[in-house]
Amino acid sequence: MRFTLNGQAVSFEGSGARRLLDVLREELGATGTKEGCGEGECGACSVLIDGEVVDSCLVAVGQVEGREVTTVEGLADGGRLTALQQAFIERGAAQCGICTPGMLLAAHVLLQQAGRLTADDVREGLAGNLCRCTGYTKIIDAVLSCTK
Amino acid sequence: MHEVTYIRPRNLADAVRLYRTTPGCRPLAGGTDLMVMLHARTLRPEPEAVLDLWSLAELKGVRRAGDMVEIGAAESYTGIIASRDVQQHLPALAAAARTIGAAQIQNRGTLGGNLANASPAGDTLPVLLAYDAVVVTDRRSIPIDRFFTGYRKTALQADELITAVRFPLDRQVAFRKVGTRAAQAISKIVMAVSRSPARVAIGSVAEVPLRARRAEAALERNDVDGAIAAVAEDIRPIDDVRSTAAYRRQVTQSVLRELLEDVRGAR
Repeated sequence: MRFTLNGQAVSFEGSGARRLLDVLREELGATGTKEGCGEGECGACSVLIDGEVVDSCLVAVGQVEGREVTTVEGLADGGRLTALQQAFIERGAAQCGICTPGMLLAAHVLLQQAGRLTADDVREGLAGNLCRCTGYTKIIDAVLSCTK
Repeated sequence: MHEVTYIRPRNLADAVRLYRTTPGCRPLAGGTDLMVMLHARTLRPEPEAVLDLWSLAELKGVRRAGDMVEIGAAESYTGIIASRDVQQHLPALAAAARTIGAAQIQNRGTLGGNLANASPAGDTLPVLLAYDAVVVTDRRSIPIDRFFTGYRKTALQADELITAVRFPLDRQVAFRKVGTRAAQAISKIVMAVSRSPARVAIGSVAEVPLRARRAEAALERNDVDGAIAAVAEDIRPIDDVRSTAAYRRQVTQSVLRELLEDVRGAR
């Protein structure tokens, strides 16, 4: 089966019932995507499918055939970080870092969708992403700093 | 390692045929329940194959069909929330869909999955009961109050696929979910109420999502206090990891009182 990963065509031989998360990490070397709970609760494994944020632990890889998958590796343009990634660094929005890839992807979608965002909008938009270090304040600050 | 076969049907007719002819096959839509159980290997019997319904065009979309709104079994909660018809005619369903998980889950969860999984805590299920929704399958229509037959058991036959859910247009339904936090919580109790006709539908208080028949009978007599007293007798809550039976009984009564005020205000 074939799909697009961060703009590149990729293919995978094996059962389409395997989790997208495992195929990304174990077969395609895209280890930026992290496994947290494996139950769709924590959002650490968030990726985008055709621009929609999903938990990759809940997706059978067969379901992305012909679709476009974006992981954290696909956010930066070559070596140039997005404004959101830069804001995460400057505002200390990462502690242990395991939630960071998922947070970045969920926030990326949120910033694309919405007009002006309030802190409550950001909290709601990132409600599916848990930070085990509880560093939410700086994460929300970083996202808000990228809104117009 | 136990390898599960992935089957992608070309269309609904193909899916119906494959489901009938493939032994040990489980339907898969957005995966929010099934993928967890598949990975943890908690399904008994363990499936040999999954039949992917997620991309079937026939199971997507929200449409007006005469005096009903019909929602495809594999339409996502995000699609349901965004639908004009749902916002206009089924606001309680939109409200319930917004409480399910967060964006990641709303982009993948479906009514067909919530029904087939038949968890007593399924957040849309009391809403379906309060609207007297009809579950449409590949072969028949099943009234929702005959759909749940026991703990995680449904009226579906072994080879029967849910294709859509139909709702009436003109009913005022109020919805409330009580969980540990606003997002991503599994319900301690979840309720949907209609005043006319009287429907009191509650989840997480029994082995199935249930209609509180004694409370409904009291409401038909316009006896609101009687309904609130009776609802405690209708439910069969248990102590579990999320709550206690005593809490659930008390909160069920409080939430029913609030929702009855909401539906009165809405009329």
